This record gives sequence, structure tokens and C-alpha cells, in this order.
Amino acid sequence: MASQNSPKYNRQVAVIAYAQTPYVRSERRRNEVEMLMPVIAEAVEKSGLPRQEIGFTCSGSSDYIAGQAFSFVGAVDALGAWPPIRESHVEMDGAWALYEAWIKIQTGEVDSALCFCFGRSSMGDPAETMILQLDPYTLAPLGPDAISLAALQARALLDSGRYTSVDLAEVAARSRRNARSNPDAQLVGDLAGEDLLDEPYLVSPLHRYDCPPISDGAAAIVIAAAEVARRVCSRPIWIRGIDHRIEPHQPGARDLTRSPSTRLAAEKAGASDGRIDVAELHAPFTPQELILRDELRLAGDVRINPSGGALAANPLMVAGLARIGEATREIAAGRAQRALAHATSGPCLQQNLVCVLEAD
Amino acid sequence: MADESAIQSIVTPVRMEYTFTPGAASQRFLLGLAAGKLMGQRCPECRKVYVPPRGACPRCGVATRDEVEVADRGTVTTFCIVRVPSENIDLELPYTAAQILLDGADIPFFALIQECPWDQVRMGMRVEAVWRPEAEWGPTFENIRHFRPTGEPDVPFERFQQHL
Repeated sequence: MASQNSPKYNRQVAVIAYAQTPYVRSERRRNEVEMLMPVIAEAVEKSGLPRQEIGFTCSGSSDYIAGQAFSFVGAVDALGAWPPIRESHVEMDGAWALYEAWIKIQTGEVDSALCFCFGRSSMGDPAETMILQLDPYTLAPLGPDAISLAALQARALLDSGRYTSVDLAEVAARSRRNARSNPDAQLVGDLAGEDLLDEPYLVSPLHRYDCPPISDGAAAIVIAAAEVARRVCSRPIWIRGIDHRIEPHQPGARDLTRSPSTRLAAEKAGASDGRIDVAELHAPFTPQELILRDELRLAGDVRINPSGGALAANPLMVAGLARIGEATREIAAGRAQRALAHATSGPCLQQNLVCVLEAD
Repeated sequence: MADESAIQSIVTPVRMEYTFTPGAASQRFLLGLAAGKLMGQRCPECRKVYVPPRGACPRCGVATRDEVEVADRGTVTTFCIVRVPSENIDLELPYTAAQILLDGADIPFFALIQECPWDQVRMGMRVEAVWRPEAEWGPTFENIRHFRPTGEPDVPFERFQQHL
């Protein structure tokens, strides 16, 4: 049921297949291509589209994770790109590869697309690697790793008085609990409520449980315009809206307790046009989920991160697309009619993408 | 106060460390090298043999699992004369870097040609690997010092033009 505010798109586009690896602390056995092949094959097979008929392919990954220049070119080996295919890459999370593919379909150039993403962040030190995404003149030389920056954000949120450390711990506990029903999750189990706050800080005010694990993995998704989706898929999951917005690169120029880019992206994607049953939020650190929930104005009965979210598995460059994929799984399983998926990029929720998904 | 106009540039050293793991196919290739063998993998669909293998046939997009040992000799498909010094290459300039199609393989790989004047290297030239002494072998391509001409007759262009 679309209101007048619903985004108006040229073409209706649906997710017709999703696949992912189980997320693990360290994938030592397989290289990126070996990790990707079964995932891509599974997504393509589920889609019902012959590989050669998929009009466009877009990947998301980072050479800084692989520690290798042009690593994304090597990943094309997993595709069987012969005869030559139309292919692109974003040095970002796969959620943005999906956005590019969705745009490509909107232009009418193609009717379907495969997006995939991968990361073996365990080969490096991911928190340190992320320093290199910062402004190289004034901020990166100070060496603020990803956990330290998230701790500054956490401190700002606690100081705002909106939330306490108990609220943060509850986010962590719920995430791990939810992850128990996700066979692909990495960190699962029960965190005992009261005792959590007594644990030592990893970087004050963040405890280890407030932070994501280091994870390796890959994911792939196939999307198609309505005419193709209807032909090959019995239950397409519609992308009702998708939008992404960005804030200043310099974290010091922002109020870290707010995320206006998330709010705006959600508005543009038409998130408030209908009831949201499930929200998959890409919040690698506990305070970030609370910030996102506020900006998205999610009702109290919305199920948050039934997959366990990025606190249960955080494969860099994959965890954002995985939120979209996990949201489609909730819809496909009949546990949700309409879902919101969110992906983030950059330090402290700098850039945010919101995707609204709905069953027929 | 410092004179701000005096700051022309800043140096911000970056160092990142990785624990690289090569994956299944590359690991078999590297272990083969340690045993003095060049191991490729054959695509189950198009039958092409890849050396070094990455575990996939880039043409068909399927896993390659059949191990195939290829010869340590082959044919120069193309080459270039290097006249620019490089920090990590201790060779007399100019020298020749070539794409070599090993006998039994379907993709050429990159190696140095030595024991031959640089201006006599040519497409179709037959070459063989010169290995280091066995006691120095490890899981590394450095086991092969370089390639040198075998003296066999050149291979006609038509026989390797599909492998350039």
C-alpha cells in the first residue's frame, strides 16, 4: 500500500535470489575465488536465470582487506565471464554494488543483475585497516582505529543521556541470542545480563561484547525487473525503495549521536509508507544500533536483526549486503511482509543506505 | 607561532601487515614447486589447463579440481625488454621478461629469460626452466631462477596465437 510519498521509480525491481557463506573467524582453506564460486553458483541457480542471461554484474570488495592491488579483478575468475559480460565494481560494501545494479536496471539498459561481495578481513588487522579510510592529512596520521572511533561515538551517546551502558549490553545480548537461529552466524549464545558491565573495557566505554567479531565471508544476490522476476520467480521480493546518503568525512564535523543521513535515506526510500515487520540494521557496534533505531523511528514491536546482525558476524564489505539478504530471508520464510534493511560505510555511520523490501 | 606557509608537505608512513593464505589451489601449486613440479589444474568443462591455478576456470566459472603436472619447458608467446631499474630486481639492464606457455598448459605465465642476449629473444622461442639446487627449494616460485633457450626449432605463430 503506497502513499503519495512513495518513491516513484521507472521500474519495479525484485530480489529473486540470495546466498551467503557461513561467516567464520578465519577462512584459511580457500582463497577469495574459491570462497565465492559456490555462493555465486547457488545464487544464480536459485534465481532461475541462466547465467548468460543475467544482464549485469557488480561486485563490492576492498583491496585493503585483501592486501592486494586489483584483487577484485581476480574475483571475476569466479564468474565464468565468457562471452564477455558487463561488469562493474565498487570499493565498498556489496550493498552499494546492489545500488549500482538497481540503477542500471532503472536506466533500462539491463533487466537483471548479479551482485556479489567478499572479504577475508582476518588476513589483516581490520580495525587498523579502517584507519586508511580516514582523511589522510589530519586524521589518519593520528591512527584512530575503528574501535577507538566507535568508542568516541559511544561516549558521546552515553553523555547525551539518551542511553546507558545497560542499553548497550542489551543490544549485544539480543544480537547473540537471535544469532542462535542463524546457521551462518559466527558469535552465538547467551550473554549473562548483570555481569556484563563488570567485564573489562576493550576501549572505554566499549566492552568486547559491544564490538563486532572479525569475520570472513562472501554473499551474492540476484535482482531483476518485474517482467523478468515474474517469469522466473514464484515469490519475488520487491525493492520498494532504496536510497543512500552521506555525511561529512571528518567525524569531528558531525554530531556522532545522530545519523541524519540514515533518516534522509529512509525518508527517500519510503520507509514510513507502511508497517515494518523486521529491520536488519548494519550496526557493528552496539551504540550504533540505538542511534539508527532512533533515526528510523522504528516502532517498539519491530523485530531488530533476527539474524544477529553485524555483532554476530561482521565480514567487511559483506555485512551490509548481508542485511538486505537476511531481510529477504525473513520475508521468504513468511516471518515478515515488509522489511527494512540498512547498510553503513565509513567511520561512525558516515554513509548509510536504506532498502525497503516487501513480499507480493 | 610556526610559520604556516613553511609547511609544504607532510609524510605519513603507512604500514600494514597481512597473514596471507593462498587457498587450496595455490597451495597445491606452491607445494608442487617445493617438490620440483609445476602443478596446474584442468577445467572439467572446457578442458583448459591453468598454471598457476586459482581454483576456478575464469572462462566457465567452475571449480577446477583435476591436478595436472605440466612440463618445465615451453614457448615464449610474447615478451618485453626491460630497460628501467627496479628496486627489488637485481639484474643487468636490459633484460627480457616473457610470457611462457608451458607444454601442457593453456595460459602463459610470466618469467625472466636469461642465458640469451636480450635482442635474440623472440616469439615462438623454446625455453626451459633453470632450477636452483634442490637443497634450496621451498614453496616458492623462486625455485626457478629463470628460463633459458633450449635450442629447439621455434614454434610457428599459429600454434600459440590463441594463448597470447
